[in-house]
Amino acid sequence: MLNYLIRRLLYAVPILLGVIFLTFVLFRVVNTPEHAAINALGPKSSVDARNAWIVNNGRDLPLYKQFATHTIQLATFDFQPSITTKRPMGETFREGVGPSLCVTLPGFILGLCLALVLSLYQVFVRNSAADRTITLICVVMMSLPTMVYIIFGQAVVALGLGWFPVSGFTKGLDAVRFLLLPVAIMAIISLGYDARMFRAVFLEEIAQDYVRTAHAKGLSATRVLSRHVLKNGLIALITLTVGQLPKLIMGTLLIESFFGIPGIGNVMVQGIQTSDEPVVLACAYLGALLYLAALILTDILYAAADPRIRLS
Amino acid sequence: MDFFTHWLTQDLLLILGLGGIAFLLARAARSDRWSRAATRFRADRTGVIALCVVCLYLFIGALETCRVPVGGGATKSMLDFVIGGIPDERSYSAPFSNQILTDTKPQPDPLKSQSHILGTNQLGQDVLVQTLKACRTALIIGGLTSAIYIPLGALFGIFAGYFRRWVDDLIQYIYSTLASIPPILLLVSILFVLGPGLGSISIALGVTGWVGLCRLIRGETMRQSERSYITAARALGQSHWNIISRHLLPNVMHLVLINFVLGFSGIVLSEAILSYLGVGCPVGTASWGVMIDSGRSELSRDPVVWWNLTAATTALFGLVLSLNLLGDSLRKAFDPKRG
Repeated sequence: MLNYLIRRLLYAVPILLGVIFLTFVLFRVVNTPEHAAINALGPKSSVDARNAWIVNNGRDLPLYKQFATHTIQLATFDFQPSITTKRPMGETFREGVGPSLCVTLPGFILGLCLALVLSLYQVFVRNSAADRTITLICVVMMSLPTMVYIIFGQAVVALGLGWFPVSGFTKGLDAVRFLLLPVAIMAIISLGYDARMFRAVFLEEIAQDYVRTAHAKGLSATRVLSRHVLKNGLIALITLTVGQLPKLIMGTLLIESFFGIPGIGNVMVQGIQTSDEPVVLACAYLGALLYLAALILTDILYAAADPRIRLS
Repeated sequence: MDFFTHWLTQDLLLILGLGGIAFLLARAARSDRWSRAATRFRADRTGVIALCVVCLYLFIGALETCRVPVGGGATKSMLDFVIGGIPDERSYSAPFSNQILTDTKPQPDPLKSQSHILGTNQLGQDVLVQTLKACRTALIIGGLTSAIYIPLGALFGIFAGYFRRWVDDLIQYIYSTLASIPPILLLVSILFVLGPGLGSISIALGVTGWVGLCRLIRGETMRQSERSYITAARALGQSHWNIISRHLLPNVMHLVLINFVLGFSGIVLSEAILSYLGVGCPVGTASWGVMIDSGRSELSRDPVVWWNLTAATTALFGLVLSLNLLGDSLRKAFDPKRG
């Protein structure tokens, strides 16, 4: 097990280096020092100030030296502070993780449960009118842009009916008031896509021999579904859901920004809208790191859930 | 970039693009698998209707893309000839209303024209005209992006699946690296470098979008390579190039087509999100994403301006839904057992 883990970690190292190289090319090579200086100091800055910035940030050094510093900076999480807020990225992340998780974790779990129930029901009544109707509804839900769900939720449920505040966030238990609507929207947004995918997974599972055996030995359809199909289907679903974990920490861009929740997603949106390169770079790198961690976790869980897969 | 913004180039590119797709489909229809799929597809009513709707959008987008000079260096699109000539107002006006909504209160102000079927937006432009014009933006971004990511994904996928060994390792390494960066941040980073514009958006979406197709084609190529017809082709001493272009490519093309249709809907949705983030279409382009984004402030004003958002959402939804349904129908037509 330990052996496998170490090999898996070593396999992630070249990919991480690739990520560092890619971000270096995008942010340091293609993006000229002059452009970066203007971005950092504003269009009104003097030429002298820009030149000083270029020297101070080591952007006049040869590329291989710049690559070395870039790699060391990213590997030691020594990010440059944000241009607009001037705050270090570490602090921003520490403050943002909590609010982000407050929205994404319940939203993710709720959405997962809804999709599981819906897809199992579809498999139960497969090829009936109800199954086809739900599939069509799922396609309709997939075809609406995220913003429409959010704008609709804010305009009708929050503003029109007045059940929830339109946006905002507080600390402590009082936050629930602000969180209910974004959590509900997050659960619904991916429901169409997830339910369709889960349905396909379960349908594949139901065609297997062991299901026929279970039916043949006289188990009820409900029992076959809940005991056998669900359990085996879940193994396939591990890959599909554990890959979502980085998104939970990185927050949801649109929901956080529309509802004014001070999470990492919001930080990213502001960084993007103000062309704040250090913020985008730090977020991209952390996102990649979390993604690789989630991949390793997926493999381990996969092996733990399915004894046929051996780790060596 | 003058070359690309010239009306003649755009017309030619449009004809080239549509002609290319028609040519490929006509060639593919000769093969057995495709003609069987076409027969099955014709029996699928949802798919046929979806195809008609997609073609309608394509037609409107093509009309708006196709420009002709009208003298004095100005150009007019074919769409302008059909629905042009609707005058702009000063600001918002509701559908069928002849009043202008200003910041204070609706003024009983006669509009320049009779009334606008879908009202006007903040700049006083007719919303129906803007919604139709935005078909072009969606069509161009979708078309250019597909023209970049489909060759990349299909070729890399086939190479990885056919040559295996270090080629496979290298291609897998490249796409694992690309896939590990959160897609939206990678897109934005590329757009920072390229600057705004329809071309940059397409390049960014194309460069980041080929991973899914590549994985799919790689897997399918690996399965096909095990089949005896490939072994036979190899035993006959056919060149790698021949095996890839004559045997493998035709046998994975249906996956490319399905991916193209479903991917197109994803691209249209991405454009909307990028426009919201402020790295989407340049100011002044008619785009559904920009219209939906402006709907945010319009819904919170009094009286509520809902027509701009509704028109853009409906138009976008219609295209994406028909593309999704069309993709599903194609999948069923090509693979009736698993569909």
